[in-house]
Amino acid sequence: MEADITLRVDGEERVVTVDTRTTLLDALRDRLGVTAPKKGCDHGQCGSCTVLVDGRREVSCLSLAVAKDGAEVVTAAGLVDADGPHPVQRAFVDNDALQCGFCTPGQVCSAVGVLAEAEAGWPSAVTAPGATPELTDAEIKERMSGNLCRCGAYPGIVAAVREVAG
Amino acid sequence: MRPFAYQRAADAPSAVAAVAADPRAVFLAGGTNLVDHLKLGVAAPSLVVDVSGLAVDEVEELPDGGLRIGAGTRNSDLAAHPLVRERYPLLSEALLSGASGQLRNVATTGGNLLQRTRCGYFRDTTVPCNKREPGSGCPALTGHNRYHAILGASRECVATHPSDMATALVALDATAVVLGVDGSRRVPVGELHRLPGDDPTRDTVLAHGDLITAVELPAPFGGRSRYRKVRDRASFAFALVSLAAAVRVRDGVIDDLRLVLGGVAHTPWRARHAEDALRGAAPTEGALRAAADAELLDAKALTGNAFKVPLARNALLSVLRDLTDIAPELEEDA
Ligand SMILES: Cc1cc2nc3c(=O)[nH]c(=O)nc-3n(C[C@H](O)[C@H](O)[C@H](O)COP(=O)(O)OP(=O)(O)OC[C@H]3O[C@@H](n4cnc5c(N)ncnc54)[C@H](O)[C@@H]3O)c2cc1C
Ligand code: SF4
Ligand code: FES
Ligand code: FES
Repeated sequence: MEADITLRVDGEERVVTVDTRTTLLDALRDRLGVTAPKKGCDHGQCGSCTVLVDGRREVSCLSLAVAKDGAEVVTAAGLVDADGPHPVQRAFVDNDALQCGFCTPGQVCSAVGVLAEAEAGWPSAVTAPGATPELTDAEIKERMSGNLCRCGAYPGIVAAVREVAG
Repeated sequence: MRPFAYQRAADAPSAVAAVAADPRAVFLAGGTNLVDHLKLGVAAPSLVVDVSGLAVDEVEELPDGGLRIGAGTRNSDLAAHPLVRERYPLLSEALLSGASGQLRNVATTGGNLLQRTRCGYFRDTTVPCNKREPGSGCPALTGHNRYHAILGASRECVATHPSDMATALVALDATAVVLGVDGSRRVPVGELHRLPGDDPTRDTVLAHGDLITAVELPAPFGGRSRYRKVRDRASFAFALVSLAAAVRVRDGVIDDLRLVLGGVAHTPWRARHAEDALRGAAPTEGALRAAADAELLDAKALTGNAFKVPLARNALLSVLRDLTDIAPELEEDA
């Protein structure tokens, strides 16, 4: 069964017909040619498909595209603007936060989400009850735990997020 | 994946009517469990009714000092909600210990309560499983059962309920508000999930078409609370054993307490034996040990999860010591 949906992807309005079974990740990659989000596990376990949906970081492999009709989706590719790469992307390069790069688009989107969540005062599992969180290394590691890196670039990833968090 | 029709529910009653009318229809909320099951073939609905767009994500104070949480409230929003952090830190801690930031941003209160077991055989349609295919057998009895139950299991099924949030909600004495074809009713979260018995296909007491519309918390229990989760890695892993504990000490005795274990049974496990042993007692190391032992007296280990019995005991002891300010004593026999 098919449905017509409209997505705003990396600032551009895209209308596409999808099978109701298509995930947001498959719609982006296979139907719209937006290949920044990667398919690692396809089961929510690795974070490589992370994108920003209406400003929040989400895995794109566990949602149906039809359910996201009308959503604003930003992928790692869409984080680049007229001034060049996003500060998080620059920090990843400067801190050697990648090796093969497969997990990187998901890591970068997740990091952008982490910064916004911390800014909004959201606690994490390592925030002391009632405290206002600060992005210490322990906080960054906990908040980024949904993004696995098979190359083990974790020290660089933590350093990159710390640098942008200031 | 089998083809299915997709429908966005206009309101709660029409969502209930649509699912109730079709035995193969399901509700979709955040999809983090259902879409996984669609891919695995564990769920093969004819119709998916999307309730994620219903405006049921309000968290509001109740006149009796409690809180009403709309079933569509995302796990991350609930964990960060100022009233939850201030009055029900146990719930916030439990939510934040579950899944990942990306998943919590999507997962809903209703979907979290009704997520299904992570038993590897249940998730693999090429092998038997009584929960998926009644009467086909339970390979977990002798197979990989590290994550499985030590309490309340049956020969038919030894699966555990994976939700951290549900474990905390039982400790908070929460109530689910459920809309069915015959109207709305209230189900205590502590009575929502059922033990497997001889029908492991049914995780809960809900009927097909029942929609959870809200979860209500009574006025805060007071005292001190803690959610402790023990797992294979420090973050982003399901509980081997978890404990939601709330303790009120007055005049040197435990006035009242709630102890709920996660990861040990087909339901969040209210540790009533331990609670009864400690209610009205002075918190001493001896009393805590006797209470933990009383709870685990009936524990039955499988081939691969005997470690869970001392793990549950130690979780009870360490959290209760913390909450009642008792210095730990070295155990000669442990
Ligand atoms: C990699 C991974 C790791 C995870 N780790 C943890 C963890 O450590 N701890 C933990 O607790 N959880 C964990 N989870 C599970 C996660 O919390 C659940 O998948 C999530 O809470 C389900 O919510 P949802 O809104 O996405 O539900 P959905 O997937 O949309 O629905 C789940 C089920 O509930 C039904 N349903 C949904 N809403 C309603 C409603 N209002 N009324 C009636 N029925 C309804 C659906 O029909 C479906 O059967 C993990 C998940 C993944 C993928
Ligand atoms: S423990 Fe339950 S869910 Fe797992 S294989 Fe046995 S019957 Fe199936
Ligand atoms: S591909 Fe989505 S989390 Fe792994
Ligand atoms: S850089 Fe290779 S997986 Fe992370």
